[in-house]
Amino acid sequence: MSAVTEVTPQAAEGRKSESVPVLRIEPSKGWVSLKLDELWEYRELLYFLVWRDVKVRYKQTVLGAAWAIIQPFFTMVVFSIFFGKLANMPSDKVPYPIFAYAALVPWNFFANGLSQSSDSLVGAANLIKKVYFPRLAIPIAAVLSGVVDFAISFTVLLAMMAYYGIAPTLHVAWLPLLLLLAFVTALGVGMWLSALNVEFRDVRYTVPFLIQFWMFATPIAYPSSLLYRSWRTIYALNPMVGVIEGFRWALLGTKTKPGMMILVSSLAAVLILIGGAFYFRRMEKTFADVV
Amino acid sequence: MAEIAIRVENLGKKYRIGSRQESYKTLRDSLTDTALRPLRAVRSWAGRNGSSRAEPAEIWALKDVSFEVKRGEVVGIIGRNGAGKSTLLKILSRITEPTEGYAEIHGRVGSLLEVGTGFHPELTGRENIYLNGAILGMKKAEIERKFDEMVSFAGVEKFIDTPVKHYSTGMYLRLAFAVAAHLDPEILLVDEVLAVGDAAFQKKCLGKMRQVANEGRTVFFVSHNITVIRKLCTSGLYLNSGALLRAGSIAPVCNLYLHSLVESGVLRHNGISLQVTVLNKGGAPLEEWPVGEEIRVHLTIDTEADLIRPAIDLALYSPDTVKIFAVQSDRFPSKHWPVSCRHLITEFRIVNTGLTIPEVYLDVGVRPQATRGYIGLFQQVEVIPVSPVGLQAHSRSDGLLCLPTQVLVIDAK
Repeated sequence: MSAVTEVTPQAAEGRKSESVPVLRIEPSKGWVSLKLDELWEYRELLYFLVWRDVKVRYKQTVLGAAWAIIQPFFTMVVFSIFFGKLANMPSDKVPYPIFAYAALVPWNFFANGLSQSSDSLVGAANLIKKVYFPRLAIPIAAVLSGVVDFAISFTVLLAMMAYYGIAPTLHVAWLPLLLLLAFVTALGVGMWLSALNVEFRDVRYTVPFLIQFWMFATPIAYPSSLLYRSWRTIYALNPMVGVIEGFRWALLGTKTKPGMMILVSSLAAVLILIGGAFYFRRMEKTFADVV
Repeated sequence: MAEIAIRVENLGKKYRIGSRQESYKTLRDSLTDTALRPLRAVRSWAGRNGSSRAEPAEIWALKDVSFEVKRGEVVGIIGRNGAGKSTLLKILSRITEPTEGYAEIHGRVGSLLEVGTGFHPELTGRENIYLNGAILGMKKAEIERKFDEMVSFAGVEKFIDTPVKHYSTGMYLRLAFAVAAHLDPEILLVDEVLAVGDAAFQKKCLGKMRQVANEGRTVFFVSHNITVIRKLCTSGLYLNSGALLRAGSIAPVCNLYLHSLVESGVLRHNGISLQVTVLNKGGAPLEEWPVGEEIRVHLTIDTEADLIRPAIDLALYSPDTVKIFAVQSDRFPSKHWPVSCRHLITEFRIVNTGLTIPEVYLDVGVRPQATRGYIGLFQQVEVIPVSPVGLQAHSRSDGLLCLPTQVLVIDAK
């Protein structure tokens, strides 16, 4: 928001017994700092925004939180019929249904996070116009609230693993980091899109396409082992490639050795995140006037 | 020595209307705009279709505003719609950024530009208290500490676990205000939030505002209700078209504003237009009405149809609408009153014999002589601030007037 710099009260200004924080509000120029310390100060608000999103998401629905399972589960069924059975898609030597579902769980977290966050600023227009707080909290909360859905659909994944008799490998220790990678990617793209959406409502109509294309550019219905090894590194510039391959490797023990892919994906994701954060902060000052 | 709470220096805010503020752009607009730009450049070079239409119009919602507010002051911001009042509050609360100048704020700021910001209809009263409190900048521990107080202030104990979408409008507002009222920053910015709700609600809000003011916190308060502003505020800022016309103690600032309202807008009713000017006995615009002094209420009346044997009534009211004094022109027989006219200028000269209230409101009625029905009635056309200077010591009672009194002891044993 405004360029607010902390100014230490000058000694000459008076005999102040207590130290009063002094804010200076002035036009900001050029690229501005991310002010992550301020975001940290508002962490309770972030918590409440996430909590609100989680509480409200399935209100007034009959099936409630079951939707978190239904979406990936039925997509998995459809994929298993068309790609698994009819097209005989290779699945890295694990049963196709769990091969697809292990990818759909993190993918749905990413796709929902992306669409929620890109719409988040416009949806919170009323807040933005009436109250000050670090605006970054809005897209962050939108992505974070998907963690609950992720956890719910993840339990079904565990049940399926038990059903197919697949024991997780020791690599599951990497799962939190892989989830973080999906989070960083969703937030990074979400920050770009939400800030763009404030000014250009075209974004709202672009996001469903983007998610659809992105899904086919990610090894969800197919394994990345279909690609030549040399291409996989470039392929992994799509950060979700690293996430999905990582999930399968950690949970199902596929022999893809995704280390290099995850590394490339992480670098790409961090670049998107940093770029998105700075772009967001730069556009932030006009949000209240434009939204 | 009072410490400074807010210092504002040459603050300005520019909006580009049309392209930026009013409607959102689509990418297509942006693209066509870019594509057409060279064409427009050629056109304006050729001298046709001057730049006025092609360039987005810019308006300064605020321009060159500078002032200082000391800690503990209650500042009323007045001005017409579009004067820049809300823009000023938005800049001070950091919602929007100024285009030029700066503001220095000493202390924590809480802003209340709307009651119930962020309330979610699906959430219960309890949940909304936490959410709204966090949005307004309270910590969770602080909300927990004040929770019971908020609930009883709102009077919604029974419904606290009901989703607020089932609340009545009154309950909803009370709950929303209860949260906001328990915000206690050092500097509080309040927009026209009292305009909503019924009389009882407004009274409650005002009571709370007064309490906040008495606690010695700095308050910025925007309202169109001049009576409220006068009651609550110690100083005022009068904005007009983005410029600060006057800053200082509240009475003269309000006066200037009220004068501007009357002067620029001639009052009209039933085909009668009325212009009221209140002058002091020297004939200059009145700032305050001291005890013992005469004022001249100067009325200019123009009509579309002939006024037959007109009479003018004048009444003075206290802020809580008690009639203090009324006078009818036809009780003062004068051969100068016309039988028929379309233009009439009269002057009422009234002496303050000891008003103890801070201000009086003026009503003007136009009627035919010897009848009671008005053909034009103008209510609250002016607010006349009354100076307490010259009042006797015993005037601090509950009355409206201070009458010359002597108190003697006749007998004591």
